Amino acid sequence: MNKRGSLIDNGVASAALIGAGIGCFALGLLTLLTEVNSTIENALDFYAPTGPVSGITTLAVVVWLVAWVAMHLLWKNRRIDFRKVYIVVLVLVALGVLGCFPFFEAPEWGE
Amino acid sequence: MDFMGFTVRESITILHGMVMGGIVLLVFPVVLAGLWCLRPEWITSEGSKKHLCFIKVGTWIISIFSWLTVIIGSYFPYAWYRLKPPGGAHLTSGLDLTKYPAAYLLGHPNLTAWEEVAMEWKEHAGWIVPILATTVAFLVMYYNSRLFEQPKLRNALFTLLSIAFVVAVMCGLLGALITKIAPVR
Repeated sequence: MNKRGSLIDNGVASAALIGAGIGCFALGLLTLLTEVNSTIENALDFYAPTGPVSGITTLAVVVWLVAWVAMHLLWKNRRIDFRKVYIVVLVLVALGVLGCFPFFEAPEWGE
Repeated sequence: MDFMGFTVRESITILHGMVMGGIVLLVFPVVLAGLWCLRPEWITSEGSKKHLCFIKVGTWIISIFSWLTVIIGSYFPYAWYRLKPPGGAHLTSGLDLTKYPAAYLLGHPNLTAWEEVAMEWKEHAGWIVPILATTVAFLVMYYNSRLFEQPKLRNALFTLLSIAFVVAVMCGLLGALITKIAPVR
């Protein structure tokens, strides 16, 4: 059965959620990479007035959209284990949020 | 040139944070409440259509306005915020650094964390909000009334939108505090 509305039809949701998770993770990872590698930092400086933020965010959005479309094409007619997808998405989003913290540049408060 | 006492830069910063960001923050809890109440046992079939329409409009408002907020914020106020003073001057040079917010914060040892931690996180993490909000808006529109039959999906959408809301609140709060200390003029 592949009726719209049945549980079999959760491939579209799984693909969209995984795409979002990958996009958030890409954002965190790229932020982290620019902190530890000046070559990457310079390469992502797409627009000088905003610095590497322009490259990081542009690439993260591209990664998100590409991942979403790719996963959609792969999963749109499939039934996916939604629980596993959901856990992976939460982990990816959490890593994305954490990756945005400047772990390698952080000064001490009141330094 | 100014507008009711605000410079062009201040006006665009207000548009970014208080207008666009404000709309996003106001609509978020309304849509979250709507998603939470999206249960077949709580809503009549007639009410469900209006309820779903309400959530669809709300999620797209969050999505569109959060994209506008991060794009305007990253390419205008943030660019002015990180302007470098001429010749890389610092506090001791006697230059008025209040026109260079990032340099002003870095020039005061007790304020550097606002730039190096708070702004560093906010400028990147803010982009998580439109990514998650657009995903939720798309799925609400795609699954429409079938969301009533899929509690796992409903819960997942509610959780992701809640995460986006928390990130948006954090970004808004940090932005307001940084603007209080070192405003873009």
